[in-house]
Amino acid sequence: MELQLRGITKRFPGVLANDSVDLTARSGEILGLLGENGAGKTTLMNILYGLYTADEGQIIIDGQERHFEGPGDAIEAGIGMVHQHFMLVPVFTVTENVVLGVEPTNFAGIMDMKEAAREVHEISSKYGLEVDPEAITEDIPVGIQQRVEIIKVLFREAEFLVFDEPTAVLTPQEVEEFFGIIRGLRDAGKAIIFITHKLKEVLKISDRIAVLRDGKVVGHTTPAETTQEALAEMMVGRPVDLLVAKDVASPKEVVLRVDDVFVTDTRDQITVKGLSLEVKAGEIVGIAGIQGNGQTELVEMLTGMRPAASGAVYLNGEDVTDEGPRGIHSRGVAHIPEDRQRRGLVMNFTITENIVLNTYYDPPYSKGIVMDWDAAAAAAAKLVELFDVRTPSISIPANSLSGGNQQKVIVAREFSRDVKLIIAAQPTRGLDVGSIEYIHGRIVRARDAGVAILIVSTELDEVMALSDRLLVMFDGKIVADLDPTQVSATDVGLYMAGATP
Amino acid sequence: MSDQQRPDTSPPDGKGTSQFFQDLTGLGIDWRSAVLVPVLAIITALLVGVVVIVFTDLEALRLWGSDPGAALSKTWSSVSGGYKALFVGSFGSLRAISETMVGAAPLILAGLSVAIGFRAGLFNIGTEGQMLIGGMSAILVGVAFQLPLFLHLPLALIGAAIGGAVWGAVPGILRAKTGAHEVITTIMLNLIALNLVVYLLKSSLFQAEGRTDPISETVAVSARFPRLFGYLHDSQVRVTAGIIFAVLVAWFIYWLLFKTTLGFEFRAVGMNPDGAHYAGMNVVFLYGAVMAVAGALGGLAGADQILSILYRGSPGFSAGIGFDAIALALLGRSHPAGVVAAGVLFGALRSGGQVMQVETDLSIDLILVIQALIVVFIAAPALIKAIYRVRTGRAADLPTTGWGT
Ligand SMILES: Nc1ncnc2c1ncn2[C@@H]1O[C@H](COP(=O)(O)OP(=O)(O)OP(=O)(O)O)[C@@H](O)[C@H]1O
Ligand SMILES: [Mg+2]
Repeated sequence: MELQLRGITKRFPGVLANDSVDLTARSGEILGLLGENGAGKTTLMNILYGLYTADEGQIIIDGQERHFEGPGDAIEAGIGMVHQHFMLVPVFTVTENVVLGVEPTNFAGIMDMKEAAREVHEISSKYGLEVDPEAITEDIPVGIQQRVEIIKVLFREAEFLVFDEPTAVLTPQEVEEFFGIIRGLRDAGKAIIFITHKLKEVLKISDRIAVLRDGKVVGHTTPAETTQEALAEMMVGRPVDLLVAKDVASPKEVVLRVDDVFVTDTRDQITVKGLSLEVKAGEIVGIAGIQGNGQTELVEMLTGMRPAASGAVYLNGEDVTDEGPRGIHSRGVAHIPEDRQRRGLVMNFTITENIVLNTYYDPPYSKGIVMDWDAAAAAAAKLVELFDVRTPSISIPANSLSGGNQQKVIVAREFSRDVKLIIAAQPTRGLDVGSIEYIHGRIVRARDAGVAILIVSTELDEVMALSDRLLVMFDGKIVADLDPTQVSATDVGLYMAGATP
Repeated sequence: MSDQQRPDTSPPDGKGTSQFFQDLTGLGIDWRSAVLVPVLAIITALLVGVVVIVFTDLEALRLWGSDPGAALSKTWSSVSGGYKALFVGSFGSLRAISETMVGAAPLILAGLSVAIGFRAGLFNIGTEGQMLIGGMSAILVGVAFQLPLFLHLPLALIGAAIGGAVWGAVPGILRAKTGAHEVITTIMLNLIALNLVVYLLKSSLFQAEGRTDPISETVAVSARFPRLFGYLHDSQVRVTAGIIFAVLVAWFIYWLLFKTTLGFEFRAVGMNPDGAHYAGMNVVFLYGAVMAVAGALGGLAGADQILSILYRGSPGFSAGIGFDAIALALLGRSHPAGVVAAGVLFGALRSGGQVMQVETDLSIDLILVIQALIVVFIAAPALIKAIYRVRTGRAADLPTTGWGT
């Protein structure tokens, strides 16, 4: 089967998101779709999935033009989409989630869960998508939830599968498994469209690669013909430095000291278990670890969002264990949160409002209780320019920015303050290579200016490249303190899994 | 340990405001659909009102079988007669306009009370009770003192605002501290207020001398809102400075919400309590604060009811305005300007409805049907969208014509 997008054009107020895009996906093939933040990838896929209607252009399946009024029509035409934010009902079982909306019924019109479970099982064994059909969705890890999404799509008999940044939330181990799955799907004759910002992944998994820039297709290639550097240049339009350039750190006084803290998660389980660490001025400390080993709770505790059950946190020697978020960031701490849409932004607020989200109460953004929106707008305009946030205006809501540009708004806000300590969880998640280069540069420059930096990331390559000191977190504790230049990724991986090399 | 010491400023349930809540209350929508949806909802409700008139006119319905021509003209005359009376009764004369404004003033104040709750993500069903408590406070001040107008009236209003604020803050604090949902607690407090008022009106503090029924003394003239057209000496033109006060309060709430740091915090909590917590805002304090402001507004609505119209308290003097206010805030898309417009509309429906009831065979209940229909269409924008095939809702769905490139 063959899916063709022809001359697709889509305008948003002030933005040409897609500019007569031509794209073809074929059965038995994985198409990698690359492009800068805001290049129009998600928009294009949303059009294909019937969420938006194109202003111009055609969708042609096996020579026949199709019109989609909504996702229902697209699903009927054999298109399936796995969104970056999963759309599963947390309290439902895997099977219930899969059949939601298309429940099989018996002759009396009553839902037939046995039949449903059987079909789920059949799909999962056919494509090697191991899941427990009876498991409750909220209890299973992200990687498995993604499989549920894939099964859901296959259950609706999709022939064309779209994945929008599927690996952004996966651990390296899960990424490997995920690749195995989509190779299997390809070999079973499905057509796959795969969006990512990770060049390594595109080269590894794609059969063909298409690159979007400013809404236009700027090139086609194959992994055999290209390299990471060439791809990066094609995307951004200039050569990109994919390595982090930095000198040896010269750490000074201790800025952050964490002393034997215990933290509980939302379900009152202890997830940080007697952790201690130090971050000095002028050094970048990275925390590597598999998702779910207490990193989330650690960061929330350090930034005042979650109380410590016991232990103490010192900032420049001052005990800040009992400070809330305001107390922490007014002492010169920047925080890039892990979940940008839930915490880092108020999605319905404009870019200007988001830029002053945690500084609004001080001059120049307010005098007494009166906001100075002109000052806020001036700051927003400057930061949008500096951090290359692609947007037609600073007075549009954050939810009409592309995913990567939303992240840039947060990074811009947190990096524009005069701080002593930066705590960043997944600071470059969802960013394109050009923006990553810029933000890594900012992090290194901040370090050289004497800022203490703590980076928590599941992206092993990133923490290894950026850190001066690499800590590995496993089961709520720091299990290794390593020099990233002296240790291999394999060894770090072993520490992350709780073993010792 | 630190658990107890650190003030917990986080949202009690850790959940953001739902998409449904935002769509319903008009929180995250762009201004085009904020105007378009209510206007279309009103038009649609008036059209459906026609259908209701046609199908409840039994005489005409009977005629359809024998004499369709007569039936048609009969139907036409009841529809046109009804809507004409509605219009004449609300805007057709100085007296009609005055009555519309008399109705609009407390509706606007009460609508603001609900709307500011919506802005902060809270469903304040308690305006009715806050009106009662505020009104009683106004009576207390209005009866107890003999002062010049420029002191007495403001004092009565301040008393009402404080009374309402205290009554309103309680559910806010309960929500923030314990997670008890404000919908439940405000409904309960309404019932308590209703009965408390009856009790108080029979107590020596309030009860009019020589009366055995629950009714209060009348407030001093110096505590009343002066009539705007008092110089006409026409007792039928009742509109008071209350309407001017209500519009000024609406302007103040607009300023508070959109130009101050506190308003920024209210709105941030309303859109995303987790984001507000991240930003260092004290969500617990804000829930209490916004409900206190909402309560103060409800109290002022109650005060207007007393100081503009009734001059004395009797059981249930809030007259359901606090509940109409919910519909009104939804129609006004939780924006002060929208609330003023919606308040005038509802005031017009009330005043016109009375004239309609007198001059035609239509019942004033038709007004309630129309108001209810407006709310239905607001609450289900998908319906409006389907009927008119317009794109509504979020920025994402905006038609892109006329915005350049
Ligand atoms: N709902 C919307 N309303 C207005 N503009 C939008 C909307 N969605 C996307 N845009 C704009 O369209 C452009 C393309 O956005 P899109 O989300 O497709 O980018 P993307 O390639 O997926 O980027 P990223 O890699 O950051 O996810 C952006 O400039 C964005 O601001
Ligand atoms: Mg995207």
